[in-house]
Amino acid sequence: MTLAVRQGEFFGLLGPNGAGKTTLINIVAGLARASAGSVAVLGADVVADYRRARRMLGVVPQELVFDPFFTVRETLRLQSGYFGIRGNDAWIDEVMHHLDLDAKAQANMRSLSGGMKRRVLVAQALVHKPPVIVLDEPTAGVDVELRQGLWQFVRRLNRDGHTIVLTTHYLEEAEAHCQRIAMLKAGRIVALDTTQNLLASFTGPHPADLEDVFLQLMRKH
Amino acid sequence: MTGFATLFTKELLRFWKVAFQTVGGPVLSALLFLVIFAQVLGERVRVFGEVPYTEFLVPGLVMMSVLQNAFANSSSSLIQSKVTGNLVFVLVAPISPFEFFSAYVLASVARGLMVGLGVLAVTVWFVELRVAAPWWALGFALLGAALAGVLGLLAGLWAEKFDQIAAFQSFLVVPLTLLSGVFYSIQSLPERWQAASRLNPFFYMIDGFRYGFFGAADVAPAASLAFVAVSLALVSALTLWLLKKGYKLRT
Repeated sequence: MTLAVRQGEFFGLLGPNGAGKTTLINIVAGLARASAGSVAVLGADVVADYRRARRMLGVVPQELVFDPFFTVRETLRLQSGYFGIRGNDAWIDEVMHHLDLDAKAQANMRSLSGGMKRRVLVAQALVHKPPVIVLDEPTAGVDVELRQGLWQFVRRLNRDGHTIVLTTHYLEEAEAHCQRIAMLKAGRIVALDTTQNLLASFTGPHPADLEDVFLQLMRKH
Repeated sequence: MTGFATLFTKELLRFWKVAFQTVGGPVLSALLFLVIFAQVLGERVRVFGEVPYTEFLVPGLVMMSVLQNAFANSSSSLIQSKVTGNLVFVLVAPISPFEFFSAYVLASVARGLMVGLGVLAVTVWFVELRVAAPWWALGFALLGAALAGVLGLLAGLWAEKFDQIAAFQSFLVVPLTLLSGVFYSIQSLPERWQAASRLNPFFYMIDGFRYGFFGAADVAPAASLAFVAVSLALVSALTLWLLKKGYKLRT
């Protein structure tokens, strides 16, 4: 596939289970190796120039993973250090504040609820202020309050110039936030357009939402 | 450099936060070995002609603890991070294979030495230990711990489940260290078993480390040190190559 996400846009990557969304993200993040072709983040090749590419990328993984040995603040300090940043507490405090994590700063990761762990994952992806943020199903199994808070924060980051790449199974979220969307099926792009154009492309008896468009495209290809 | 320093610090904290189990436990095990063997054999056996058995035993126990714990540190940390999935935080960071390797191995060396010093500290109450060539002892402790740390990293890379690491430890590391001459000089063994012992890499580390204390060994210490150094270089090269390829880390 050939795909270019524009700098500063809010981009959606949609597709059924097994379409290749997470594989694509893993290749971009360096977690998987592509069998052919190349990927670059803001001009930096993810294999040849991996240090620069990874510095510009913040990935929120789909799985709720955490290190049980550390508190929330320790986790965020360590993540900053991995990216070569020391003395990052001011930014860590700001990120924790926006994600409503202040009260949990000293809590051990093990003691957090699923929703709280998800917030820490988002915070970890942001500690190095990456210009490109990849959210792999960030709202899976997350309550309404966190979803709303998270979107507010992500939209603010997007307004501040961060490029956002989102995968989600909640199509209303993609419709509400994404400027452009790529729909994937079995490792191929079956549609790539602005959200508006995709909605307008629907041929049916009633006004479409993204779910209608998605189902129509998946049946067609 | 900061990436390496942070990963190294994290690896130190990981075992230090549970030091009762990762340092205290092995020290107690070594102490039990000493008490039991000293009670049974202490007065009756002499090694290298003049060294009382209890005194002979201490350096072997120290080095065995260093090796087993250096191996346990890198292998258990890596397999835990792989199985629980939190290794992703390191894999998405701009950390080079060499930084990754150095952080894991140096933290293993630190734990190995810490346990070794702990064993030494509790056993000196039982024996008056001579230290004939301290630099040899230190050299063997450092290189041996590094080699065990690299082997642990290699095992952690290869394994996909906790029980594979446990098997590696129970069926390879523990037998090889116990049969490396910790409890005896290989000169007391029949010819065939002496030859077999010389194929055990852990034998050279224990024997060389013991030379640092008594100035006597089964093999010339320079030859043992060269053997350990070459082994370390070879396994390190293999591990770095696997890390660079992303073997079992990056799909």
